[in-house]
Amino acid sequence: MPDPYEAPLPKPTPETRPYWDALRKHELHLQRCGACNEAYFYPRNFCPNCLSSDVAWFQASGRGRLHTFTIVHVTGPNPVLPVPYVLAMIELEEGPCLMSNLVGVEPDPSSLWCEMLVQIEYADVTEECTLARFRPVEGA
Amino acid sequence: MRASDLSREPELVLGKLQEGRGSVAIVGAAESDRVGKQPDKSALMLHAEGARNALADAGLSVSDVDAVMSTGRQTANEVPEYLGIRPRYLDNTQMGGCSFIAQLQHAMVVINAGVAEVVLITHGESGRSRVGMGARTVPSDSLGGQFEAPFGVGGPATRYTLAATRHMHEYGTTKDQLAEVAVATRKWATLNPRAAMRDPITIDDVKSSRMIAWPFNLLDCCLVTDGGGALVVTSAERARDMRQKPVYVLGTGEATHHNLISQMPRFHVWDAAVQAGQSAWEMSGATPADIDLAMLYDAFTIVPILALEALGFCESGEGGAFVEGQRTAPGGALPMNTNGGGLSYTHSGIMGCISSSRR
Ligand SMILES: [Zn+2]
Repeated sequence: MPDPYEAPLPKPTPETRPYWDALRKHELHLQRCGACNEAYFYPRNFCPNCLSSDVAWFQASGRGRLHTFTIVHVTGPNPVLPVPYVLAMIELEEGPCLMSNLVGVEPDPSSLWCEMLVQIEYADVTEECTLARFRPVEGA
Repeated sequence: MRASDLSREPELVLGKLQEGRGSVAIVGAAESDRVGKQPDKSALMLHAEGARNALADAGLSVSDVDAVMSTGRQTANEVPEYLGIRPRYLDNTQMGGCSFIAQLQHAMVVINAGVAEVVLITHGESGRSRVGMGARTVPSDSLGGQFEAPFGVGGPATRYTLAATRHMHEYGTTKDQLAEVAVATRKWATLNPRAAMRDPITIDDVKSSRMIAWPFNLLDCCLVTDGGGALVVTSAERARDMRQKPVYVLGTGEATHHNLISQMPRFHVWDAAVQAGQSAWEMSGATPADIDLAMLYDAFTIVPILALEALGFCESGEGGAFVEGQRTAPGGALPMNTNGGGLSYTHSGIMGCISSSRR
């Protein structure tokens, strides 16, 4: 990891702050709707499926599947990881999809496949910010 | 107005858009004087160049224009002032590369509603030279700044690849099939003297070009150029007496399903294009079999493949096979992007239907 970390950092907003605060404690928190039972991402103070305000945070397992990905070879001046790196969409066990990086694997198309099982890895990129990255499940 | 008029029940008017077939026409269409690399022109200059050329093409002056539609960083607020137009209707739609096509439908709506008679749609973008474009930043507290930028979304090549990879997984689409699109499009570009890239290429050339973001090599990606263009749209009635033979608008459609790529509902299906296509087919009464020429957005080689499926030129998952054998090249069954497209002709970052109308 470059020191200091110069890649883009998120700046939390009121509705997303609990998500980022949980990541700093190395927990992945998502929201679920009490009215329609749908879990969703990114954070909002209402359910994007049915617009109910009856939503609550819960701790997710951090397990999921690699839904789709790209192996980025060309970037701007401050890449998030050394190139080439894997930009990934992760489909979480609980349903929602989120963007992340896949680490702990060769950034090569022959080492990667859609639906590969993955698990969360907490990356403390600065004192204030932890990012949710993912790595392949061992032996899967 | 008498009191009795005010108390009258309002009449409900619905479903008019789908009756819009042929109700408006493009009567002027032009690009900037040049396209390609133009460090001597600001984005706003490119807007104005396209607009002046299109108005001249239509035989109209700025005083005839009563609606202005623009997009991009040079918005519909700046363009009228710059050109000395005082419109009574402005449209600032920003939905990326399809903004101008959507605005063609918006023009149909406002013309048929009697709000405007002559609509000027303009575009200008210094995509390559970045003159007068402002900084390209994603605010760190925006949704993209929080949930995409920290993972290295670096330009469109890192977004469309996510669709391409899933399409390959779902349907077995291959890199060779992607490359077919680039090769066919380049063949068209060799016929267009204004095109930036005119040397013929092979499938192997595409696959051996520099890796940008797997599965896209350099030649799977569109050019980044400077350019502008504009359309003049008016009612079919007024179009009959104008200088150019009118290009009647038979069908339009518009849809948006997500803003962030990470919120795309299905990566292997372009659902928004399915919806927009249904609208356009329904309005026009046409089917894919009626189409002699298709101009499908080609920011990357996967995009026309997704569009061919979404618009019903082939079944879902068959887009890769559809473009095999140079089917969309000169002499192929479905001529596609016959100006050389964004892949080989010009692509300022977001591009429209300007040169399509010129044909
Ligand atoms: Zn709900």
